[in-house]
Amino acid sequence: MPAVAETLDVVQSATDAGYKWGFSTDIEMDLAPKGLNEDIIRLISERKEEPAWMLAWRLKAYAKWLQMEEPDWSSVKHPPIDYQALHYYAAPKKKAGPKSLDEVDPELLRMYEKLGIPLKERAILAGVEIPEGERPPVAIDAVFDSVSVATTFRDTLAKSGVIFCPISEAVREHPELVKQYLGSVIPAGDNYFAALNSAVFTDGSFVFIPKGVRCPMELSTYFRINAQNTGQFERTLIIAEAGAYVSYLEGCTAPQRDENQLHAAVVELVLMDDATIKYSTVQNWYPGDAEGRGGIYNFVTKRAACRGARSKVSWTQVETGSAITWKYPSCILLGDESVGEFNSVAVTTNYQQADTGTKMIHIGRNTRSTIVSKGISAGRSNNTYRGQVKVMPKAHGARNHTQCDSLLIGDQCGAHTVPYIESRNPTAKLEHEATTSKIADDQLFYCRQRGLSAEDAVGLIVNGFCKEVLKELPMEFAVEAQKLLAVSLEGSVG
Amino acid sequence: MSAIQPNALQLATTGFLARFEGNSGLRTDPIRRRAAETLRHIGLPTQREEAWHFTSLRPLAGIAFQGVHTTHDHGHDLLARMSGISGPRLVFVNGRHDTAVSEMPDFTTVGEPTLNEPDDAVSMLNTMFADDGAHIEIPPGVDAESILLVSLGVADGEPVAFHPRHRIQLHPGARLTLIDVSLGRGTYLNNPVFDIEVAEGATLVHLRLQDDATDAFHLSSVRANIAARGTYDSFALTLGARLARMEVHANLAGEHGAAHLNAAQLLGGVQHADFTTVVAHDAPSCASRQTVKNVLTGKSRGVFQGRIEVARIAQKTDGYQMNQALLLSPDAEIDSKPQLQIYADDVKCSHGATVGELDLDQLFYLRSRGISEPDARAILVRAFLAEALDPITHDQTRALMENAIEAWWQGRHI
Amino acid sequence: MLEIKGLCAGIEEKEILRGIDLVVPQGEVHAIMGPNGSGKSTLSYVLAGREGYEVTAGTATFEGHDLLDMEPEQRAAAGLFLAFQYPVELPGVGNANFLRTALNSIRRARGEPELDAVAFLKMARLEIKRLAMADDMLKRNVNVGFSGGEKKRNEVLQMAILRPKLAILDETDSGLDIDALKIVADGVNASRGPDFSALVITHYQRLLDYIVPDRVHVLSAGRIIRSGGPELAHELEAHGYAGVVNEAA
Repeated sequence: MPAVAETLDVVQSATDAGYKWGFSTDIEMDLAPKGLNEDIIRLISERKEEPAWMLAWRLKAYAKWLQMEEPDWSSVKHPPIDYQALHYYAAPKKKAGPKSLDEVDPELLRMYEKLGIPLKERAILAGVEIPEGERPPVAIDAVFDSVSVATTFRDTLAKSGVIFCPISEAVREHPELVKQYLGSVIPAGDNYFAALNSAVFTDGSFVFIPKGVRCPMELSTYFRINAQNTGQFERTLIIAEAGAYVSYLEGCTAPQRDENQLHAAVVELVLMDDATIKYSTVQNWYPGDAEGRGGIYNFVTKRAACRGARSKVSWTQVETGSAITWKYPSCILLGDESVGEFNSVAVTTNYQQADTGTKMIHIGRNTRSTIVSKGISAGRSNNTYRGQVKVMPKAHGARNHTQCDSLLIGDQCGAHTVPYIESRNPTAKLEHEATTSKIADDQLFYCRQRGLSAEDAVGLIVNGFCKEVLKELPMEFAVEAQKLLAVSLEGSVG
Repeated sequence: MSAIQPNALQLATTGFLARFEGNSGLRTDPIRRRAAETLRHIGLPTQREEAWHFTSLRPLAGIAFQGVHTTHDHGHDLLARMSGISGPRLVFVNGRHDTAVSEMPDFTTVGEPTLNEPDDAVSMLNTMFADDGAHIEIPPGVDAESILLVSLGVADGEPVAFHPRHRIQLHPGARLTLIDVSLGRGTYLNNPVFDIEVAEGATLVHLRLQDDATDAFHLSSVRANIAARGTYDSFALTLGARLARMEVHANLAGEHGAAHLNAAQLLGGVQHADFTTVVAHDAPSCASRQTVKNVLTGKSRGVFQGRIEVARIAQKTDGYQMNQALLLSPDAEIDSKPQLQIYADDVKCSHGATVGELDLDQLFYLRSRGISEPDARAILVRAFLAEALDPITHDQTRALMENAIEAWWQGRHI
Repeated sequence: MLEIKGLCAGIEEKEILRGIDLVVPQGEVHAIMGPNGSGKSTLSYVLAGREGYEVTAGTATFEGHDLLDMEPEQRAAAGLFLAFQYPVELPGVGNANFLRTALNSIRRARGEPELDAVAFLKMARLEIKRLAMADDMLKRNVNVGFSGGEKKRNEVLQMAILRPKLAILDETDSGLDIDALKIVADGVNASRGPDFSALVITHYQRLLDYIVPDRVHVLSAGRIIRSGGPELAHELEAHGYAGVVNEAA
């Protein structure tokens, strides 16, 4: 039997054994009634103990959303979403609200343990180096359905002036910052899903790095959808003042359920002069089973505004999960010499659909952007890169380089590339390259001759194909992502 | 995306439909009727439609195009540019065959076309009104050498619209070079459709020069079906018209077929030209090649959209696409969308795009060798275009194209 | 060790091997020589299990096990190594990672404990030193951007690390200058011993000056037409294949 065909067989038989994060957790929940209307929004706002201006902002967004239509320009197909059949608020029931980690429901802590997310703060002693082989500390905000259940290392961060907290708390504690920046990069009416999120967002992370501060540790938010028939609408806002630096990681999983669940997040990044944000995502929402049943609909709007000169934003994403992925982390390169990077690996198997890419809008002088996109399609999936590079008339000396490569595994899947390249400045230089290929038979044979199983060989070659992107991830995340790639392909490809 | 005014387009659509209803000869034909009904329903495309994202037909709205009428001016003087092309020629003036200046080629008839039903609005417009065109049918194994097909648009008074429908059929093993030239003066809409069949082992070389009048509109469509081992080899040079869109659909339906869709667009002033291609690989082991160059000056806007579609069955596809643009003025704009849509795994598909100005190091190098700046620029622009022009082996046409480029370069307004 | 009986095989209905009989006993090095198109590479691919080749008759056993019934990686785990005539490039895959994955796959298949990264690197660096190769060999991507000579050296390094029982060297000498040829030959000679056998496939006698075989076989039109001691290689060098082929005919 030809090696590739055999690989595919292995794939088919393995079905969804690969999704290890599919368990659900039995937690007593506080659930809003199904459906979306002004009362639900009032209820969310009330539960979050929000000031009046926040409720007004939400209601305005809701009014906009009512006027809008679901976009249909992407390649993804799905049955109509019944927005009235969802819960818009689900939170673990709590007595008084945990003041410290000790008060968090032990069931929850166990779940995060199971997911490999340590919610315990290991003591870090000043001047003591981390022993080799041990992970450096990462501050984590854990968001469970609609609420943040724990945020670690807050005190350590506060010492250097960094604010890292649930956004619901920032609304109460830092209203001036939230008022100034929320919706300033992605206005409530930007698109259908952003409007929905603006109306009903429940939690997410808020990060503020003051002027000149290099955030002393990696920040990470871990999103978990648990409740049934619940939408997750998180909102993240990161502000890096002049000269600030932060590396932020985002991970997501969800239980295996037969029905589709909606996830519509908004992430806004604001960068002042010389600020740098590295934003890394490993997206592993439940992708649905081998027949395409269930899985998360992941409609995400992510955008960075490089307002300051020489500011730099770098989006790195490894997308293996979700039944549908619709996301285009973008960079508005406003500041002179600002830099935008987009590095993406998207793997689709079974019946998954991914339509993902970026927008690089060059407005300032000598702005630079690079795009590296690696799409891997297997099973009966469809994987689309959709990206825009736009050079405005004043963007003298703008530069872009785009490389998009697609790898097809099997002949029942699709790989698509849809770049928009628009330039209105003659001094701009744009380059775009795209290739499509499959794993060559001789590569597979070479590996097997050296003793690797067909599955391992596919995993190795795929990891090699993605290396350029994986090396952009922080160390521990890269290792995790590599394993995730192998597991995704094991479970549904090779 | 710029603001959309569907009202203007509706107005334009209504104008064409009214002209159609006013013509009893046309409106009774069932195929034309259906095209008109569909157009009434869908309207001319807006920029909301993905395929028309970069090109707006709104400029058509304000103009009351008339059907073909006899003009005092037949534009025959324009044919002087064709003096270097020998062989038979077909001349259409405002879409009507002009026997006085034609020299009937073999295997050719002229007259009311056989219509098929198109699926896009621009071809529907043609279907509603097409009442003349060439039907060229080359028998099996015959090398018909070359045929010159000239379209002259001459509007000396009211703006006119004409919609010729040409049918080119090559039987197995046949060969033909079709030299397809549009020239004119005045305000007119040139809306030709080419239905092309390339049978097994046949080769059609389609060399096109679009140098329509500066106030003209050019909306052309080519639909080519290519059978096994057949080749459709085309090059299109766009110089004219204020708003132009050339759409080419090449369907590779048999194994080892080939399609080459090369083009160059040289634009200035406020011109807008759009070269849109769809290559459908529907059979295994076919090859497609596209090299598309834009040289943009003034406030012009060049658009390239190219889609390679590879069907599940089309294993061993070899698809390549390169589009490059030179922006020679601060107000020019290029929009490019090279797309791959792939459903087969054993394929080799790639595309590349570059946008930029002339290489300053190269410019300096030439000048340091004593070449004047304008000459150095001319040399570099020529070099930039060479890759797209090189495949033209028909010497007389190659000379025609090069002369046209030279004239454009001399007369351009940067 | 390796026993081939009446092996017939081909590709896309074209018969290339027309009844090969060959025995390579444990600890011996045999050479197969033959003109272009005689079936040398086909034989090595059929033995290693490359897809696309159809075996129409005959058997091949490796330590008594039916080789033809095994998957390529099972053959590798059993101890068969093929040094490719054209080593394949694996973009983005580091040589060290590749080799460690390969070695541990083989060890796992044999029920041996796996090597961790540190132990592996220690061992690999030793081999590199022994073979007088460049240190960066392990850091680079598998064969990507390697010169022809480097690719062949990489094959020998892999062989040294994976320690096969039987190595098939498919025209490993092609495209090598004399220095590279010596390095490759030294690598093979260093592996020689009672537990190592090799089948050296070559067009030229040159390589056999450095790797002196126990037996030489002449392959022509898919059959072994003559076998002899190392002197047969010299005879071929002196009289050419034509002489030997005609004599056999």
